[in-house]
Amino acid sequence: MSYRQPDVASLRMLRKARDRIDRDYREEIAIAALARGAGYSREHFIRAFRAAYGETPGRYRTRRRVERACELLRSVNLTVTEICYLVGFSSVGTFSTRFSELTGMSPTRYRAEAASRGGPAPIPGCFALMWRTGLPASSLDSTSGEAAGALGHVASGT
Amino acid sequence: MINGISIVSVWVLDQDSAREFYTGKLGFELTNDVKLDNGMRWMTVRPPGNASQEFLLMDPSHSMLDGKTADQVRALVAKGALSPGVMATSDCRGDYEELVKRGVEFTAPPAERPYGVEAILRDDSGNWFSFTQRTM
Repeated sequence: MSYRQPDVASLRMLRKARDRIDRDYREEIAIAALARGAGYSREHFIRAFRAAYGETPGRYRTRRRVERACELLRSVNLTVTEICYLVGFSSVGTFSTRFSELTGMSPTRYRAEAASRGGPAPIPGCFALMWRTGLPASSLDSTSGEAAGALGHVASGT
Repeated sequence: MINGISIVSVWVLDQDSAREFYTGKLGFELTNDVKLDNGMRWMTVRPPGNASQEFLLMDPSHSMLDGKTADQVRALVAKGALSPGVMATSDCRGDYEELVKRGVEFTAPPAERPYGVEAILRDDSGNWFSFTQRTM
């Protein structure tokens, strides 16, 4: 790749765009809108984002959603379909496909394996639905590669 | 025996901006801001009420690093790759509300964890900190 690393000011704008994906991962913010906010054209933004973070912004958002779905599958008594919509996917088919690509198994199997390993007791799903901005978003940060507390990594075993 | 951690170095992109962020927004106290003979600006802050722990807010471009290495560090800070550690709070949710009002950015709001309540905070340079109220 001959792509040059952007300068500090550009990296800062890319990071702010990525932070926005982290904060609002459930929303379908258009990549073009993120690009505009960062001062790039859509195509240039995607290239620069991939150069800085190793994957496209769309892929990054998908991974965040799947990470959060993993956390919910481990900890919350909601159906796979409910979790699919809760983390921002609009189709169960797409969710299952992306989930399998990233984790190597279906959501149902992931949940079964997590349950067989033991772990935190499932909490009532109504709580997760009520705390749409609280629990699902944050309880998953502990499995993310970037915005997680050091303690979170230890606690979640990731 | 080692009995504590007195100073943690934090790379920042702009020391004036960092000083304003850490003292003005986070409420830290400025403990030093002096220019050394070698060109380095020695700037330290500490959380209020804790005399034994400080952050050294360092500019990579005016440090022991060579120019190319400093540029690499600046890029890592700007893209959000670095995390100096965990800030402790006795009221994560309350402080979060107050800090957001002051314009501090978080990438994750407070949430229950096995060890307490945790949010993820960004400083003005791009460093991220766990912002945690521990329960154990």
